[in-house]
Amino acid sequence: MNRIEASGLCVDYNGVVALHDASLRLPAGCICGLVGMNGAGKSTLFKALTGFLRPSRGQIRVNGLTVARAQREQALAYVPQSEEIDAAFPVSVWDVVMMGRYGHMNPLRIPGRADRAAVRGALERVNLLDLRHRPIGALSGGQRKRTFLARALAQGATVLLLDEPFNGVDVPTERLMADLLLQLRRQGHTVLISSHDLGQVRNLCDRVVLINRTVLAYGTTSEVFTEANLALTFGGGGSGAASLSGPAPSSEESAP
Amino acid sequence: MIWLLEPLRHDFMVRALLVSALVGGVCGLLSCFMTLKGWALMGDAVSHAVMPGVVLAYALGLPFALGAFAFGVGSVALIGFVKQKSRVKEDTVIGLVFTGFFAAGLVLVSKVRSTVDLTHILFGNVLGIAASEIQQTLVICAVVVALLLLLRRDLLLFCFDPTHARSIGIPTGLLHYLLLTALSLAAVAGLQSVGVILVVAMLVTPGATAYLLTDNFDVMTVLAVASSVLSSLAGVLVSYWTDSSTAGCIVLVQTGLFLLTFLLAPRYGILKSHRSRAS
Repeated sequence: MNRIEASGLCVDYNGVVALHDASLRLPAGCICGLVGMNGAGKSTLFKALTGFLRPSRGQIRVNGLTVARAQREQALAYVPQSEEIDAAFPVSVWDVVMMGRYGHMNPLRIPGRADRAAVRGALERVNLLDLRHRPIGALSGGQRKRTFLARALAQGATVLLLDEPFNGVDVPTERLMADLLLQLRRQGHTVLISSHDLGQVRNLCDRVVLINRTVLAYGTTSEVFTEANLALTFGGGGSGAASLSGPAPSSEESAP
Repeated sequence: MIWLLEPLRHDFMVRALLVSALVGGVCGLLSCFMTLKGWALMGDAVSHAVMPGVVLAYALGLPFALGAFAFGVGSVALIGFVKQKSRVKEDTVIGLVFTGFFAAGLVLVSKVRSTVDLTHILFGNVLGIAASEIQQTLVICAVVVALLLLLRRDLLLFCFDPTHARSIGIPTGLLHYLLLTALSLAAVAGLQSVGVILVVAMLVTPGATAYLLTDNFDVMTVLAVASSVLSSLAGVLVSYWTDSSTAGCIVLVQTGLFLLTFLLAPRYGILKSHRSRAS
C-alpha cells in the first residue's frame, strides 16, 4: 500500500498557482526528502497533505484514504519548523505532547490512562521525560524540536511530515532524530522531510522528491540526485547553482 | 469597613458591583485567548462594530445582544471578505471596516435619540443598568463561559498550532468562528460596564497581566479572571467614593495592576530582568 499518493495536484494560493500538476507516490516504510527552493511549493504541499489548503484540482490519498478520513484516523502528523512555533506560549513539554492525543480523546479532551502512557512513552523515546514539566520557552532549540517529534509519536501517526527538522538543531538532537526516523521506517512508517540540506537528505533519505512549482522528479535517492536534476530544481542550469555536498543557496521558504 | 458597607446600602450599587464583577470575569477568561491568539485589534474592531447593531435592536425593541451579535460577526466576515478580494493589508482593512460600522452607529443614534443614550453606549452605564439588561447579560455570560470552558483545550491548540489542529481533524474554521462569536458576545457584555470605547481593555489587559505571571495556561486563566473581577469591583467602589467615571475607574485599576505586574512579576517583570542582568 502507498502511504502517500498525490496525482495531478494543483493548489492556488490567493490567485497564485503554488503547485501545478504535482504527482508523487510514497510506499510504506520510507524516508523521503522533499527538496526545492524558497517558494517552490514545499510548504504548500505539506499544507495540502494536512488538509490546511484544499487543492483546486487533483487528488490526495493518505493510507488509501481521503485527507479528511486520514485526519480522523490520526494517520498523519505534522512537525512544524521552529520559526512557526511561538516559544513564549504558556504550555509545558507535557502539554504539547498531549496535544498529539486530542484526536484519540473525548470532545472535552480529558486524558485517560492510555493517553498518559502514550505521552510518557513518546517522551522517553526523545529523551525528554525529565524535562516534561518545563515550559517550552525554557527549552533549547533542539529540545523544542524533539518535543514536537514526541507529539507526532504520541499521536501514533503512520505518516510524518517534518518541515525543515534539522534547522538550528544541536548535534545530539540531530543524531537522536536520525535514529528515531530509521526506527520508524523499520516499523513501516513513512516520513516526508522538507530540507534544504542536500548532504543531510542524501545521508538519511532513501527517496527524494524534487519540486519547483510541480514535482520535477521522484524516486530513490541515487536515481534522482543527479547534477542535472538538481540544476533543474534550483533553476541554475550552471554548475554553481547547487552541489551535492553543501546546502542549497536558499534556506527558508517564505511560501504560504 | 464603612468604605465597603456604605455603598452596599444602595440597590443600584449592589447591582453594579455584581454585574461588573460578572462581566469582568467573563471578559477576563476570554482575554487569555485574545492575547495568545494576537486578536487585540480584532477585539477593538468587533467592540466598535457592534454599535449600529445595539442601536437598531433598541429601536426595533429586540434584545440588544441579538443586534450586537449580528453586527459583530458581520463585521468580521466583511473584514475577511475585503482582505481576500483586495490587495489591502489586514490591519488596514480592520481599521477601515470597524470605523465604518462605528460611524454608521453614530448616525443611527442621532436619528433615534429618544430611545438610546449615546453616552451610555460609549462609556457604559453600569450604575443605571435595567433589569432586562441584567437578564440579557446573564444569558450572554453563561453562553460565553460554557463555550470557553468546554472548548478550552481545542481553542488553546487552535491558538498555538492551527496546522496540527487541522491535521488531527479538529475543525479549525468552526473554532475560528466560535471564538469570534464569544468575542462579539463578550463585547456586548463588556459594553454594559465600560462602554464601547474601553471594552477592548477588558478583552486584553487581564490576559496580558496574567501572561506575565505564569507559564501555565490554566493558572493564567485563573489569574486573568481574578484580576479582572478584582479590578471591576475596585473600580466601581473607587468611582463611588471619588464620584468619577465608573468605566474609567475600572479600566484604570486594570491598567494599574498590569503596570505593577510589568514592574514586579517574579520572572517576567522588568525589575527582575534588571536584577538578573546586574548579578
